[in-house]
Amino acid sequence: MRESTIMKIHYGTALAAVALVAVHILMRLTQGFAESLEYDSVLANYKFIPYAAMLELILILLAVHGFNGLRVILLELKQGRTYEKAVSYGCLAAMVALIAYGSRTIIMTNMGMT
Amino acid sequence: MTQVSRITDEQTPTSTSSTILLRISKFNPEHDDSGRFMEFTIPYEKWTTVLEAILDVKKHFDHSVAVRYSCRQATCGSCGMIINGKPRLACFTKISELNSNVVTVEPMNNFPIIRDLAVKFERLFNTHQKIKPYLIRDDSELESDEKEFLQSPEEVEQYIQFANCIKCGLCNSACPTMATDSSFVGPQALAQAYRYVADSRDKGKDSRLKIIDDSHGIWRCHFAGSCSQVCPKGVDPAMGIQLLRGYLLGFRG
Repeated sequence: MRESTIMKIHYGTALAAVALVAVHILMRLTQGFAESLEYDSVLANYKFIPYAAMLELILILLAVHGFNGLRVILLELKQGRTYEKAVSYGCLAAMVALIAYGSRTIIMTNMGMT
Repeated sequence: MTQVSRITDEQTPTSTSSTILLRISKFNPEHDDSGRFMEFTIPYEKWTTVLEAILDVKKHFDHSVAVRYSCRQATCGSCGMIINGKPRLACFTKISELNSNVVTVEPMNNFPIIRDLAVKFERLFNTHQKIKPYLIRDDSELESDEKEFLQSPEEVEQYIQFANCIKCGLCNSACPTMATDSSFVGPQALAQAYRYVADSRDKGKDSRLKIIDDSHGIWRCHFAGSCSQVCPKGVDPAMGIQLLRGYLLGFRG
């Protein structure tokens, strides 16, 4: 993938994440911050499909943005063909793993498997 | 550990001039493990440049000081060095404007040192060459019916500022990304890429954008802006990089 395409995704995910995290925080505040973090309230959020979908989207956006950011930092830290390939594929694998683990949590909680 | 040697010229007439302590970095990578500073007390006038002070040292105290210079008028781009912590052209920097009694000169950062104040320019020239710093088109002025490729003043305005680059390397020396990323193209080459991409006579935009759209290309610029701060010709490489990003992000045609 061209670097410009990767960076477009990087900027896009940042903007989208800011918007969705803002919605997420506003939802906490409307409910009362402390109450919204109670066990039953958290479970109810996960079981409400539109909200669970938004959490899944935030997870994907932040994972893509964060791991690409990490890749960029590591590429600037050290150079070399093998190292750069390891960093790129390592970050991609870590991103997929994090999304898979987070999705598992969201899906299981949504289906009531707690 | 930096060593310091001090030489004072008591015979130099100082009746009409003030003096400064000139600290010159001395380092020969072939023999020395670490750098040291030689200190010289030099008289100066209001108009004396740092390069003139260094040449004064070479003439009267230590002719072994290695320094690259040529035109003495900020045109050749040879005498770039770190003067009191900031990359500047020695021929373009008056001692009086530094407002300091101590003037420290060191070789430019992010360049391998040949000796003392002279550095290798291979990387800068290689990256400059990499972005194809010439007009790319199938026809030429000789073949065309027109005597020359005509441009409107507005078209010239698009790139003329960036054509002032003298390849002195001060921008690359000031760039924080250049310090850590040995494969980074650098602000000088990126500004020159914009200079040709923005030229209405050039037809090589796509090939040039492809070259800089690399994992160590334009996207590694953090927009610190230090390149533009130190440019002695007002080229503003940071702005060129941002304008170039506009092409890659689709904001510019």
